[in-house]
Amino acid sequence: MAVTARPVDLGVDLGFLRLRNPVLTASGTFGYGLEFEPYLDLAKLGGLVVKGLYYGPRDGNPPPRLVETASGLINAIGLQGVGVEAFARKVLPRLRRIDTPVIVNVCGADDDEYAAVVEFLDAQDGIAAYELNISCPNVKQDGACPALAPRPTFDLVKRIKAATRRPVITKLSPNVTSVVEIAQAAEEAGTDAVALVNTFLALAIDLETRRPKLGNVYGGLSGPAIKPIALRMVHQVASRLKVPVIGMGGIMTGPDALEFLMAGAAAVEVGTANFVDPDAAVRIVAGIERWCAAHGVPAVRDVIGTLETR
Amino acid sequence: MTIERHARLSDVQIWGEHLHFAVEAPEIGRTARPGQFVMIKVAEGGFPLLRRPLGVHNANESGLELFFKVAGQGTEILSRKKRGDTIDLIGPLGKGFTIPPSGAGRTAYLVGGGRGIAPLYFLARELAKAGMRPLVLYGGRCLTDIPLRERFEAAGIPFLCSTDDGSFGFAGLVTELASLELEKDKPAMIYGCGPDPMMKALAGIAAKHGVPAEFSLESVMGCGIGACWGCVHRIRSESGDGWVKICEEGPVFPGERILWP
Repeated sequence: MAVTARPVDLGVDLGFLRLRNPVLTASGTFGYGLEFEPYLDLAKLGGLVVKGLYYGPRDGNPPPRLVETASGLINAIGLQGVGVEAFARKVLPRLRRIDTPVIVNVCGADDDEYAAVVEFLDAQDGIAAYELNISCPNVKQDGACPALAPRPTFDLVKRIKAATRRPVITKLSPNVTSVVEIAQAAEEAGTDAVALVNTFLALAIDLETRRPKLGNVYGGLSGPAIKPIALRMVHQVASRLKVPVIGMGGIMTGPDALEFLMAGAAAVEVGTANFVDPDAAVRIVAGIERWCAAHGVPAVRDVIGTLETR
Repeated sequence: MTIERHARLSDVQIWGEHLHFAVEAPEIGRTARPGQFVMIKVAEGGFPLLRRPLGVHNANESGLELFFKVAGQGTEILSRKKRGDTIDLIGPLGKGFTIPPSGAGRTAYLVGGGRGIAPLYFLARELAKAGMRPLVLYGGRCLTDIPLRERFEAAGIPFLCSTDDGSFGFAGLVTELASLELEKDKPAMIYGCGPDPMMKALAGIAAKHGVPAEFSLESVMGCGIGACWGCVHRIRSESGDGWVKICEEGPVFPGERILWP
């Protein structure tokens, strides 16, 4: 008997933001979005998270900034970027023309700078939410960042929530003993959602020169190599938090994304895959749709948190 | 910029450690300019993960040619490709060499070291089409390191070779050869592509003789399209010195803007 294929409802709801599909592009892997216009229709994304912004322009780390490892990539870019003023003047007007939620990843050398970034951006239209980058491992010695302890996480999230009119997504680090504890601190401070995981602090060595392969010595590992660990962390956090979880870590395909949804993520971010295939995010959306259609799942939101562990 | 998912290899030549691919990719071939590059996927399934950048060796309406040396895991996997196989590539990417508008009838020196010679073949042909007189200075460690000799000869492009061990042509560095040639004739342009120390030395020589120069920089690349900010080089600009993306603003930069380590 022929089965008539009905369109799969790909929409998901983060509470503060409805997305046409659960696939966002991860900060730092999608530039400011416009770089990808030749390769995909940005309006087909669930949303895009632009590269982390400090208040002013930032120079980043000395090269080499990238090293490829087994099924992974270690980067130590150091959040080089144009700063909020250039972003608002040159990038945002072009992003506003695209019918896709724009989430701005917010950075700061200290709590004051994070607050200054959101205060500046609050005066700009066309931003759906902020992703608070408290977890970049490449900007301070030994990967130090606020997301490594509950107290600085709580204080910063509290401060930013009070400083802005927009929803705040707190992006967490996996380089901690208990990511749940940090996630709970962010939730108590009022974050609207959490996103995890940022990259894993990592090292690659050139055996011949006895030197690190990265200019910054340590970097952040991403790509398929980290997916199982990221998935476990997303499951742990999603099982304990009330706010929505955005999951990421090595998603390359539709089925990869569905695993994160099943583990409890309300949406996902695609990162390193954008480097390999500039149209990866829309291919992943198509892959999710195909899987749902093939499995008689009418709406992708029905997959979220359906992992059975007993 | 186009993604060609299944570009057929119409020819594969193996010259020792070097490979030459003829790729059926008309969309890319039509618009590619000398000095631009493509990003090639070497494997499906995540290992090796990243695409590899390769300079365009030649291009026309039907596609492009690539010439590369097996230098690591990525190029080793590519080297197993056979005629009729397909490759997945993105291009043309980056900003290429400048051909001076008033250069007709004048000489240009194209200085290449090792695998850096690949884009200079395309450049030499385009310079000749524009009425300039290209002279290729082609350096390698030894005779087997300069496999494109016959191609330049067949294309009627004048060239001089140097080898570090003296096994062919001028015995010494290609930059020493360039210095000798500059004593005889002052070209309109010098173009360089090769290892950083070679290009740094050549930049100094060009500046000394007051000849404008352009260099194609090489780097590991994450994406090739300006998104990852991984392939930076120190570049001088009006707003000051900074880390500039090789893939997007380069790979070709004017000599006076490049700050060498």
